[in-house]
Amino acid sequence: MSDAVIEVRDLRMRYGAKDVLTGVDLEVGRGEVVALLGPNGAGKTTTIEILEGFRSRSDGEVRVLGQDPATAPQEWRAGIGIVLQSWRDHGRWDVRALLEHLGAFYAPFSTPERRRPRDTDELLAVVGLEGLADRRISKLSGGERRRLDVAIGIVGRPEVLFLDEPTAGFDPEARRDFHDVVHSLVDLDETSILLTTHDLAEAEKLADRILILSGGRIVANGSPAQLAREAAGSSEVRWSRGGESFVHAAEDATAFVRELFAQYGEEISDLEVTRSSLEETYMALVRRHEQGERDGHGLVPEEPSTEGVGR
Amino acid sequence: MNPRAHAIRIGLQRGWTEFKLSLRAPEDMSFYVVWGLGILIYLFVNRDNAVEGTSLSVAVLALPGVLAAMVVFGAVVGPAFTLVLEREDGTLLRAKSAPFGLDAYVAGQVLFQFLGVLPMLILLLVPPAFFLEGLAPQGAVGWVVAVVLVVLGTLAMLPLGFVVGSLARKAVHVSTGAMMPIMGLAAISGIFSPITVLWGWLQVVAQVFPMYWLGHALRWVFLPPEAAALELGGRWNLLGAFVVIALWGAVGLALTPRILGRMAQRESGSAVEARKVERLQRLA
Repeated sequence: MSDAVIEVRDLRMRYGAKDVLTGVDLEVGRGEVVALLGPNGAGKTTTIEILEGFRSRSDGEVRVLGQDPATAPQEWRAGIGIVLQSWRDHGRWDVRALLEHLGAFYAPFSTPERRRPRDTDELLAVVGLEGLADRRISKLSGGERRRLDVAIGIVGRPEVLFLDEPTAGFDPEARRDFHDVVHSLVDLDETSILLTTHDLAEAEKLADRILILSGGRIVANGSPAQLAREAAGSSEVRWSRGGESFVHAAEDATAFVRELFAQYGEEISDLEVTRSSLEETYMALVRRHEQGERDGHGLVPEEPSTEGVGR
Repeated sequence: MNPRAHAIRIGLQRGWTEFKLSLRAPEDMSFYVVWGLGILIYLFVNRDNAVEGTSLSVAVLALPGVLAAMVVFGAVVGPAFTLVLEREDGTLLRAKSAPFGLDAYVAGQVLFQFLGVLPMLILLLVPPAFFLEGLAPQGAVGWVVAVVLVVLGTLAMLPLGFVVGSLARKAVHVSTGAMMPIMGLAAISGIFSPITVLWGWLQVVAQVFPMYWLGHALRWVFLPPEAAALELGGRWNLLGAFVVIALWGAVGLALTPRILGRMAQRESGSAVEARKVERLQRLA
C-alpha cells in the first residue's frame, strides 16, 4: 500500500521490565477507517499516543503522513486531528469562541483543496451543536461536550484523525449522528481515521478494517466479515420442526441447510441463519490468543463445535 | 504567513480573552475584592497613624511593601496554579495538539498573568493616591517609575511561577513549593520590616532576588527622600534595582518556553486521564 498515511513496523514499547507492545505492524490507507480493538491493557492507548507524537517509543519504525511523530516539526500537526476521552478544558469559554480560537492555528496551512480552518457554523452543524454556539462550555451536557471535542478534532480539516473511544457516553441518537459525521469526513475530505472503541457494533459499522491488539501485538487484521469468517468460522442455524426448536453451529451453513431441507423438506419452519457476530469473533480471538500465551506457543486452532442441540 | 508568529498572535488574543473571562468569573473577582478591599481598609484606617519617631504614617510606609508582595505573589503563585490546573484539565494537551500551539499557550499565559496583576494594582494604587497624604513625593516621574517597576517586576517573576507550576504535580505542591518560599523571601526582603535589622548574610541573600529590589524601588517612589536612612547604606540604589529585576526577567523569559515545552512533552491523553482518576479518588 503506497498510499498509506500511517505506517508502523515492529513497534515496541517497554516500561521498565514490562513489555507493552511487542512488535506492532499496521498500515492505514488514505480515506480508510480502521478500528483498533483489544482488551484493556493491550496497548491501544500506548499505540495511538505514539502515533499522535505524545509518547516516545522504545523501538520500531513509525510514519504518520510521511513523518516520524517523535521528531516531526510543528507543521506536521496541521494534518493531524485528535479527539481524546477526558478533556474538561476551557470551561469558561463559549463554544464559538473556542472553535474560532483553535481553528485559527490552521489558517496558515490552508490550501485550495483543503480549506483550513473549517467554517465555525458549518462545523457546529456537522456535529449537531447548532444553537449552542454561545453556550458556556461548562454548561454543556456530557454528550454535547463530546461533540464539541469531535468538532475541535476536525476544525483543522485533518488528513488523519485519531479518535479514542469517541462515543463513550453517547445516547443512541448521538451515536448515530456521530457515525454520520465520520462517514461524511471520509467521503468529503478523504480523512483517514484510526479509532479505538470498546463498542464492537460501532467498530463493525464504522470501520473498513478492524485490528485486534492483544498482548502487545496485532492478532487479527481484516474487514469485519473477513474476521468473522476466519476466526469463529461457524454460523448459527436455528429452526423448528414438529413444534420443537433446534440450534446448530455449522462451519458451512449453506451445505447444512441444504441437507436439512433434503432430509425434512416441508417440516422445517422458522429457519434463521446467523453469521457469528463480531463480538463472538473478538472473544474467540482474544481467548485463543491468551490461551496461546499461557501455553507458551502461538495461536492454537479453535476446537470445532458441530454438536446439534435440541431444546 | 509565518505560522509561528501567527500562533503567537493567536496566543496574545487568547491571553486577552482569558483576562476578559476572568473579570466575569465570580471566583476570580472575589479574590480581588476580598484581598484588595481588606488591604485598602487597613491603609485607610492607618492613614493618620504615624510611625513612632517619624513623620510617616503606617499606611504610607506599608504601601510599597504591600505592592511588592502583591506583584511577586501574583506573578509566581498565579501562573503556578493555572499551570497545574490546566495540565490536569487537558488545556495544555489541547495546546500541544495544534500546530505551534505551545508557543501560543506561552504567549497567552504571559499576557494573561500580566494583565491579571492589573486589577489589584489599580485597586491598591488609585484610592490611596486620594486619601494618603505625602504619597509619592516624586510626582508624575514617581508614578511612571512605579508603573515601569510593576511591569518589569511581574515579567521578572512570571517565569518562576511557570517553573513551579511545571514541577508541581498537584495544586497542593504549589502551596508548599511556592507560597512558603515566597513568604520566607518576603520576610527577609525588607518588605514588611526594614532589611537593616537582619543579619548581614541574610541581607546578601535577599539582594539576589528581585523582591527586595522591587520593594526598595517602590519605597523610593512612595516615601520621602529622608526614608533612605532606613535602606542599606542609607541611600537609594535605583540603578541596582533595575539591573537585578531586568536580569531576572531576561533570564526567565529566555528559559520559560523551554521549561514549559519540557513539561508539555510529558502530556498525553493517558496522563490527563490518570490525573482525572487520581482527582476523583481524592474527592471520593
